[in-house]
Amino acid sequence: MVNEYRSRMNQLIKNNLLGIKELSLEEIELIFETADNFKDVINRPIKKVPSLREVTIANIFFENSTRTQLSFELAEKRLSADVVNFSSSISSVKKGETLLDTVNNILSMKVDMIVIRHSSPGAPHFLAKHVNSKIVNAGDGTHEHPTQALLDTYSIRERLGSIEGKKVVIVGDILHSRVALSNIFALQKLGAEVMVCGPATLLPKYISALGVKVELDIRKALNWCDAANILRIQLERQRRSYFPSLREYSLYYGVNKEMINALDKEIIILHPGPINRGVEITSSVADADNALILDQVENGVAIRMAVLYLLASKLE
Amino acid sequence: MQKRLLLDNQLLQITIQRLCQHLIENHNDFSSVVILGLQPRGVFLANRIQKVIQELEGCYVEVGYLDTTFHRDDFRRRGIPKKASETRVPFLIEGKDVILVDDVLFTGRSVRAAMDAMISFGRPKKVELLVLIDRLHTRQLPIEANYVGKQVNTLASQYVEVGLKEQNGDDSIWLMNIEAE
Repeated sequence: MVNEYRSRMNQLIKNNLLGIKELSLEEIELIFETADNFKDVINRPIKKVPSLREVTIANIFFENSTRTQLSFELAEKRLSADVVNFSSSISSVKKGETLLDTVNNILSMKVDMIVIRHSSPGAPHFLAKHVNSKIVNAGDGTHEHPTQALLDTYSIRERLGSIEGKKVVIVGDILHSRVALSNIFALQKLGAEVMVCGPATLLPKYISALGVKVELDIRKALNWCDAANILRIQLERQRRSYFPSLREYSLYYGVNKEMINALDKEIIILHPGPINRGVEITSSVADADNALILDQVENGVAIRMAVLYLLASKLE
Repeated sequence: MQKRLLLDNQLLQITIQRLCQHLIENHNDFSSVVILGLQPRGVFLANRIQKVIQELEGCYVEVGYLDTTFHRDDFRRRGIPKKASETRVPFLIEGKDVILVDDVLFTGRSVRAAMDAMISFGRPKKVELLVLIDRLHTRQLPIEANYVGKQVNTLASQYVEVGLKEQNGDDSIWLMNIEAE
């Protein structure tokens, strides 16, 4: 593996990570290759490298998160960056401050990079236009969640060897999911075939315009795919009823052991978390060997280290 | 482009043989010795040294690879960052005698970064440095090699090109002048 010929790029073209849509295939591959190195770092006895020791990063979360925020924070600390955390529930946002004012205040304190999660789609893009800092989108409303898609595809690539030509189905609440959209972009750029599956009310009307297959029958979808990415029902974003009850959703779309056993092949299962056991996925499926759920979490730190490292190298 | 041959194919072999003899002199028993090659070319040298020691002494010395990219002190100062290579240290270096191997010793900064990277794998008893080419009077840090293949006087405007067989070279080492354009 020493010195084999790898992708020609050494640096990202973009100055920010706003979405997968703006990334090129070469950039995604560069992030993966860098993540390979960081995955090695985080499995050492001393899990830390000094690369970003003069960089300060603010994690600004206007929306609740445990996994993503923790993962970013660990990634930052493993790169030796200084970290400040901010969540809107305890901030002056409640007192009426605008997003731009909040961020400019944080930047005045000499912060170099911003990791932002916001409930409004496009909030990171807006910031990128108005502030001179490196912005990483950690989820903007129902729009994109680029690091999640990168870690999902990275995990599939790790398990199946490559993404090209593989069939991946995304199951569940596609309508409210930023994970779904980012995954569709990432998978397509990497050469996978993508299908979405869920109740018709939870599929966006023109989703097929993205070049994805649409399937309403979960059994058919599972039979078609090599990997299934199962999403949570985002009740907090649903302003009206899209299905009669969670119980009914679970009855029709909950992935259980019996469905998996009925397949004539082995598929891998992903879930971006948090899992609602017994709703979209049963415990026997989530805890099986072919479920990558905990690999995804581990890879998340490596992917985020790679993204932060590559963006930090562009700081002036 | 002006260039001067520092080591040709045959001299390179002799030099590696000599360095290995020197190592054997200083380490009568290789049981607590490990070799760490610095990416990229130090790795090939480390592998060659491992082979020669095995031929001469019949003992197997473990070889690991160190990549210094994430430990460099010039991150964000040298424009486009270097791409990381594989670090592979599949053994403990705690209490061991470590021999760091690199092709060219120039400013000493790579070696400093390598020692930083190495510490992540434990606390060695002793660390030595082996280099093929030692560029004199160019050091920016107080670092010197214990085993030197060849010392050369160089200018800052020159660079040493190492063409090893493992990288499709012809096993020769040249001193090149960077031409003013």
